[in-house]
Amino acid sequence: MEIEETTRGATTPALVRAVGLSKSYVQRAPFSQKRFVIDALVDAELEVAPASLTALVGESGSGKSTLARCLAMLEKPDGGETWFEGAEISRATDRDLVLLRPKIQMVHQDSAGALNPWFTAAQIIAEPLDIQRRESGPMLRSRACELMEEVGLSANWAGRRPLEFSGGQRQRLAIARAIALKPVFLILDESLSGLDLSTQAQVLNLLLDLQKAHSLTYLLISHDLSLIGQVADSVAVMHRGRIVEHGTRQDIFTNPRHAHTRELLNSVRLVESSFRTAQAGGQQ
Amino acid sequence: MTHAQSAPASAMLSVHALTVQYSGAGETSHPALLKVDFEVNRGEIVGILGESGSGKSTLALSILGLLPKSTSIAGTIRFKDKDLLLLNESGWRGIRGARIAMVFQDPGLALSPVMRVGDQIAEVLRAHRPGEGKQRRQQVVESLEDVGLVQVERIYKAYPHQLSGGELHRVAIAQALACRPDIVIADEPTRSVDGTRQAEILDLLRETNRKFGCALIFVTHDPALLAGFADRVILMYAGRIVEEGPVSQVFRRPLHPYTKGLLQLVPTALQSPGRPRGQRLPALPGSLSDSDHLSPGCIFASRCFARTNVCQSEPPGEVVPEQGRRVSCFNYGN
Repeated sequence: MEIEETTRGATTPALVRAVGLSKSYVQRAPFSQKRFVIDALVDAELEVAPASLTALVGESGSGKSTLARCLAMLEKPDGGETWFEGAEISRATDRDLVLLRPKIQMVHQDSAGALNPWFTAAQIIAEPLDIQRRESGPMLRSRACELMEEVGLSANWAGRRPLEFSGGQRQRLAIARAIALKPVFLILDESLSGLDLSTQAQVLNLLLDLQKAHSLTYLLISHDLSLIGQVADSVAVMHRGRIVEHGTRQDIFTNPRHAHTRELLNSVRLVESSFRTAQAGGQQ
Repeated sequence: MTHAQSAPASAMLSVHALTVQYSGAGETSHPALLKVDFEVNRGEIVGILGESGSGKSTLALSILGLLPKSTSIAGTIRFKDKDLLLLNESGWRGIRGARIAMVFQDPGLALSPVMRVGDQIAEVLRAHRPGEGKQRRQQVVESLEDVGLVQVERIYKAYPHQLSGGELHRVAIAQALACRPDIVIADEPTRSVDGTRQAEILDLLRETNRKFGCALIFVTHDPALLAGFADRVILMYAGRIVEEGPVSQVFRRPLHPYTKGLLQLVPTALQSPGRPRGQRLPALPGSLSDSDHLSPGCIFASRCFARTNVCQSEPPGEVVPEQGRRVSCFNYGN
């Protein structure tokens, strides 16, 4: 039943919608006055269905992170519209943002860089709760401990600092902070790259459990097609600032239309098939 | 398979009983490597496979003599006729970068940002082959061509930031190969690189291995990368070698429960795109913990699906179930 809903796609109103987003950056060449304009987003269109896991893939430099930052309102697009829960948000005022930010949260790639090294785990998770005045006093800490347990970290570690955790545990901590304000939409910007396969699988399973418990909507950004091929409901392919193809996982993996998607898939296919051949005992 | 385990006398690199312990690692200081034994033969590609924290990188650094001075190291690392652990800095100079070279994870960080890349390769040659000054420029150009770079003149003069990611990776490999080393160590050279470029790097490494006959030690956490690439695979867990054998045999019939678990993690996206949504992925349960290090038994026991009583009381010895393979696990008759 659920599957039907996502494949129909168009009939369910999207939770998040990017309409013709564009964004360019101006860069100066080092040692010279030459200026470059980098078109990071060119008329990008994307729809994210509620309670889905949508993957955004593409090579490095294709504009994935810029799109994510625009959707998370960390960057103002030069043109186009961002719709969230039926409202246009790209020109939201600061006052609107106070209400909007808790609903859209982001988990970054480098958890070591994204978490304050001087804060304890409990402080890190409690900070957004405190800023948004959701909890106060002793309740702050006990809520933080609850969240730690929810993401599979022992509450006994509440006093540890980020660098005392392993990479996978730190990513769990970052997820606990991101879900503290009960968001609707979570953007995971390469949150799983750099982790080894077993940790990746564990963190992905955690994300799937949390999604079920809180009906979260995910946008998972990754350059790793074989990773997203395991979990995504739908896959959007980005190339040179545009979304060149968007469809269900099955569609994209079995019937890719854009040449760039086929190219990305081919490299995955090579690695996967030589592994399967080796497993089956065949020669290389 | 032809490469697997030739006579020990011909091994170019042989590591014996290598134990490494970092100092000042706090109250929970466990050895990063414990009694590690293995060999690398001429021209062979050896994959070192394990999760993060398994000691893969420590192993790579110890072969290059790059561990911090305060580290306590025991055992031997024999390269040709020298014991590398007995070398002083000037002894290392003739080996590191010349006979044993390394390709680091992130070429953007490994190259100096304020020096033209051609000059950085020339610097390696100047250090190891003084007196060839006249030919040096030509040697650099050749080493850039060897790794499949075109427009070599432009690249020679470029600073790292002016090159694309793919070009940077090739430059880093060219630099490692400049002196035609006997062994190249590549520490996760394809981590956080997209699929297309990953395939390029693997192809390039295999090609240079064939062309120049340098042995390659390839460190990774992803078993899929070793298939059709490496000759032999060494599995590491918590600083120990738990299994070793030819890739073709280990992947077809893994013995250690850890190996079985790792192989099961390899994504099968293209095999089964119809996987039901929301279904959890196979995962190795738990993670390595301090209590595992304190246990008198097998260090993997707490995460193992095949554990029996004996696994918790004594460490498993090494078994040779067939020629060219070994495994440390009680399930194979020790």
